[in-house]
Amino acid sequence: MRDKGYIFDIKKFSVNDGPGIRTTVFLKGCPLTCWWCHNPESQRGEPEKIDNCSFRWNLSHDSSQRNMVGYQVSVDEVTREIEKDFPFYEESKGGATFSGGEPMLQVNFLHSLLAECKRKEINTAIDTTGYAPYSDFEKIYDVTDTFLYDLKLIEDKIHYEYCGVSNKLIHENLKELSDRGKKIILRLPIIPTLTDTEKNLSQTISFISELKNIQEIDLLPFHATAKSKYERMKIQNKVIDLIPPTKEYMNELKNRFSQLGIPIRIGG
Amino acid sequence: MNERIKKLRQQSIDATPTLSHERAQLLTEFYRNGEAQKHSVPVTRALSFKYLLEHKELCINDGELFVGEKGPEPKATPTYPELCIHSEQDLNILHNRPKVWFKSSDETRQIILKEVAPFWKGKSIREKILAEVDEQWRNTYNAGIFTEFMEQRAPGHTVGDDKIFRKGMLDFKKEIEESINNLDFYNDREAFAKREELRAMDIAAGAVISYAERYAKQLSELAESEKNIQRKNELETMAGICKRIPANAPRTFWEALQYYWFVHIGVTTELNTWDSFNPGRLDQHLYPFYKRDVDSGLLTEEQARELLQSFWVKFNNQPAPPKVGVTAQESNTYTDFCLINVGGVTDKGEDATNEMTYMILDVIEEMRLLQPSSIVQVSKKNSDRLLKRALKIIRTGYGQPSIFNTDAIIQELTRQGKSIIDARCGGASGCVEAGAFGKESYILTGYFNIPKILEITLHNGFDPRTEKQIGIQTGDPNNFNSFDELYRAFEKQLNHFIDIKIKGNLIIERIYAEYMPAPFLSILIDDCINKGKDYNAGGARYNSSYIQGVGLGTITDSLSSIKYNVFDKKNFSMEAMLELLKNNFENKKDARDKFLFDTPKYGNDDDYADDITRRVFETYFKAVDGRPNTKGGHFRINLLPTTCHVYFGSVLGATPDGRHAHEPVSEGISPVQGADIHGPTSVIKSASKIDHLRTGGTLLNQKFTPNFLETDEGIEKVLQLIRTYFRLDGHHMQFNVVNAEVLKEAQRHPEKYRDLIVRVAGYSDYFVDLGEDLQNEIIKRTEHTGG
Repeated sequence: MRDKGYIFDIKKFSVNDGPGIRTTVFLKGCPLTCWWCHNPESQRGEPEKIDNCSFRWNLSHDSSQRNMVGYQVSVDEVTREIEKDFPFYEESKGGATFSGGEPMLQVNFLHSLLAECKRKEINTAIDTTGYAPYSDFEKIYDVTDTFLYDLKLIEDKIHYEYCGVSNKLIHENLKELSDRGKKIILRLPIIPTLTDTEKNLSQTISFISELKNIQEIDLLPFHATAKSKYERMKIQNKVIDLIPPTKEYMNELKNRFSQLGIPIRIGG
Repeated sequence: MNERIKKLRQQSIDATPTLSHERAQLLTEFYRNGEAQKHSVPVTRALSFKYLLEHKELCINDGELFVGEKGPEPKATPTYPELCIHSEQDLNILHNRPKVWFKSSDETRQIILKEVAPFWKGKSIREKILAEVDEQWRNTYNAGIFTEFMEQRAPGHTVGDDKIFRKGMLDFKKEIEESINNLDFYNDREAFAKREELRAMDIAAGAVISYAERYAKQLSELAESEKNIQRKNELETMAGICKRIPANAPRTFWEALQYYWFVHIGVTTELNTWDSFNPGRLDQHLYPFYKRDVDSGLLTEEQARELLQSFWVKFNNQPAPPKVGVTAQESNTYTDFCLINVGGVTDKGEDATNEMTYMILDVIEEMRLLQPSSIVQVSKKNSDRLLKRALKIIRTGYGQPSIFNTDAIIQELTRQGKSIIDARCGGASGCVEAGAFGKESYILTGYFNIPKILEITLHNGFDPRTEKQIGIQTGDPNNFNSFDELYRAFEKQLNHFIDIKIKGNLIIERIYAEYMPAPFLSILIDDCINKGKDYNAGGARYNSSYIQGVGLGTITDSLSSIKYNVFDKKNFSMEAMLELLKNNFENKKDARDKFLFDTPKYGNDDDYADDITRRVFETYFKAVDGRPNTKGGHFRINLLPTTCHVYFGSVLGATPDGRHAHEPVSEGISPVQGADIHGPTSVIKSASKIDHLRTGGTLLNQKFTPNFLETDEGIEKVLQLIRTYFRLDGHHMQFNVVNAEVLKEAQRHPEKYRDLIVRVAGYSDYFVDLGEDLQNEIIKRTEHTGG
């Protein structure tokens, strides 16, 4: 039990992070450093000052916090915000999603949040990179309805190069979870020349074909919306030259993945 | 769409709106010929109506399937000099203004200025009104506290029910006769007045029959000389229809539509009624005819569709009557607020949708005309299919239809004392107004500038713009020790100005009751015939008068800013705040940023702000609701702006929410443009904190970029948003689905975007016809993306 933690945003009417209309809470801190990260402000675990930032939710109206990304909140504060959209969850069979960064990094705080939602009969999901000890997944397993699970690169060496960590733990955890029986939505970032290579795609498909309980596969096309974040944060954007995949190409991929017999969705 | 409809549609779009002198000239002729002086006011009005319909030029457009135009040709728009007189300057403004113009020929100008205007000078209703209201009213009006609906247009604000589809004018004449026979001259001191009114109705019913007969004759003549055999048959059929209806009840789909159209021309020729007139629940009215005709082989689905499309064109041929005076310069729409309703529930409370519902929605999507407007009523009893179909039209970016909550409307109407059956058979008209169709006169009397009341309060009753002490002295704001003290002063000022507005309204209601009866409209609205009373004098079963509150978002955010920054956080003294407002935040970006970005705002599901919204709502409701009007009914509130939020902003200095002087105030119950930063669910939550069920309508705008609605999944999510809002008793939601880039391009090259229709406020309009400030505001609205 931990009743305080660090988040950097809360997004209402979130329609791509699990079933129905959801509220997504973004927890701060991530062990991965993916080149294409859309939320570079999420990576560091501590609050940080970023000039001209406009991409944070502030539960207070304190202007001294205006340029701070990340702040400490209590479980109560977050659940109060989540509860506000209760009628929308009921109408759409939606709920709350905890994303990041990597929410599992603050596993005790995450567990408290999930448990509090479950107590209030709010559907829960976590959006995870999978990079956490399996015992942590055990901890939150009972209070999580859906796992949104990233699957990026199958070859470990390349994964290490582009994401900063080995994918061994990620893949093992995924296999374990898939055996356990909860709903899993796989999320595949389609990053031109990085994840979107013939080799990685075919490896991914054969990897998924071994898994069970996969409800859906989301193909997430690369987009350049994070560009200005990188500029404002003055950190190097290693994918600045990449061109987002076309709609037609994404549809082709969708067809290709359809052979798995699992619903495929573009976007997220 | 077949070739005929394509052609009719294009002709209607291309027709030039002109000002027609026909009606004004005929009316003047009638009043000059001595006949007018022999009779009571109602009978005179009926005889003038008869004179108009007997002498107005007939118009049969090539290929059309319905006849009847308000003027001598499509978009030739009549004037109503008995209400207001166009001056030379008015004609010039209307002729030359770059948008929403009405061209007038030399002949028309000559007739209006030399024949019509001199005769009506001193007699028009507008002059009567301006002479009867007092100086206090005038000063308040000039300050921009409220507007007045009735100075140029007659009360209308009503909608037809199913009676014309069941009864012919001869049936109505019979009912009128019975009502006359039942008059009790011994005990009813109004018996004579009632007989005069009923006689007037009888004359009016006869006038519409003879108007149709004139058409029947001309159609027969045309048929005789017509070479094309198909057209010849059509003309013969149309002649037969005009011979039968409106004298008799319609038997077929075609007859039903033509009957309504004669009624429409009748109502809008009699007076320039607000919101023109409207068949209301068209899918309900037409379905029995459609079913019968199709079953008997008289009509195919294709023919029904073509008839509906041709019917649609007729509405588009009738621009709203051109205004006079300042409003001629400001008023900016051709839309006459005729709002067709589909969906909802039956009189028994069951799902009312039928095949006709979906056919009408197809027609709306295909025709993409400015007029008529359309709404879909959605009850919890209607299936999602209805809502999905509507959203698929909305996503094409044409601003129609808007979505209404039937269950809320029914509760609103029953709270006001209507029977459950009358409520179920009602709907929404005009912009968003709930009404008992065919049974209620629900008059909008004017908009009320709520944020302006705060400005006056902060100046101790003084209006800084007109430099007059128009309010009461509620104290120097610098001496207020708490937010509550300020709020109580605001409340006192608001009550004071509502009193002024209501006093004016009561006078104006009587002016219309005495001088401007509408006997033809009275036939159509229960229980005018039974009561022997005119529509404008309380003849309707239900009589409501509305004052429409504007600027809920702006007033909430302004009060919230004072509460937060002056009293709670003490970031600024009241004096400093007033100084900032006076100087329009000049060189005070930091202070303004605090108001804009660090102050709780309406639209974010934040109770700090929303509690103020609730409080303002209660204050406004208490000030207005339940006060008696002169027609046996009551005053009610609704919250909608049409385009008045632009005017109300223009008379208002800088406000504590960071809004610069003269910028528009917020519209409807939508948040201040750009103040809602947490997405649509938060907007909906905030908007549902006011009690919609105690209003007669609220207007909420939501904006989505087209790509959000592109997928079925997007449609599904918006459907869930709407369902949730309605579950929370929300009254109405409308959508702007167009991206800002397109709108900016349209602003730069209006010529390329003549057909771009956007949702304004309770109605759609051509984007290029809107004033630049309104255009900018819509662009601002549109820049938010969903999801």
